[in-house]
Amino acid sequence: MTLSLPTEIPLQAYLVLAAVLFCAGVWGLINSRNAVRVLMSIELMLNAVNINLMAFSSYLDGQLIRGQVFAIFVITVAAAEAAVGLAILLSLYRNRETVDMERFNLLRW
Amino acid sequence: MTIASTTQLICFAVLSLTLVVGAFGVVLLPNIVYSAFLLGGVFLSVAGLYLLLNASFVAAAQILVYVGAVNVLILFAIMLVNKREDLSAIPGLALRRLLSALVCAGLFVLLVRVAFTTPWALPGPASIGEEATARIGEHLFSDYLLPFELASVLLLMAMIGAIVLARRDVFASDVITGEPADQGLLEKARTPLLTSKP
Repeated sequence: MTLSLPTEIPLQAYLVLAAVLFCAGVWGLINSRNAVRVLMSIELMLNAVNINLMAFSSYLDGQLIRGQVFAIFVITVAAAEAAVGLAILLSLYRNRETVDMERFNLLRW
Repeated sequence: MTIASTTQLICFAVLSLTLVVGAFGVVLLPNIVYSAFLLGGVFLSVAGLYLLLNASFVAAAQILVYVGAVNVLILFAIMLVNKREDLSAIPGLALRRLLSALVCAGLFVLLVRVAFTTPWALPGPASIGEEATARIGEHLFSDYLLPFELASVLLLMAMIGAIVLARRDVFASDVITGEPADQGLLEKARTPLLTSKP
């Protein structure tokens, strides 16, 4: 009995993997009560986008790897976002003494 | 089927399994510290996927920036806000989770359908492999020069912004002259704002 596995990894495998990661990130972003976990979910989503960019760069743009350059910019912006986001979280915690997302409701209509 | 492609498939399977399990662990585990360490695992397996895609430079950048900086920053944040608190129950939480899971499943189905129905222009041009690092450098200093410089300005702004937002300590007296500092600038140890509201 021979397994009919593909000889190389198809592009769609990477896309489906990134879709799983992105959807897990979206679900966590909506449902997390802890503000740190919200930031982690955002990082998951950014990584999913990066996987897509790298897969396209490798499979469809092998010579001018523009996707890799984009992924580097995304990594840069993600690092800046994490730093500012966690600083905001710290000052929020200092003012409200909680990290529960349900209690950050000052701007709720 | 050669040994190389078999190895590649096995690596891809292991990495994607780690990635999916880690991602669901990050969003589902009740303990936030476990989530943070699993997030590090997710970042490492994403770096492994980049290595499978012939991108060693981006894999190294991923490990340095995400595992070395972002994950450590998240652990520090968890340490600084680590207070056991019992979250008050909200009505309809299970319904909300179910609905958002349905929405996410719909989004997933949509993305998978797009991935399998789009006629990708495969096979594309041959990959340049280990030349990629030199090519990224050429891109960064020719046609992507403006975004590159903007990214450096952005990082500087983020650094200053994070310091301004997160700092707390102000000296009570001037370090050089020893005169008492302007009391208006001091952050008093005061009761937190707005905690009384539910």
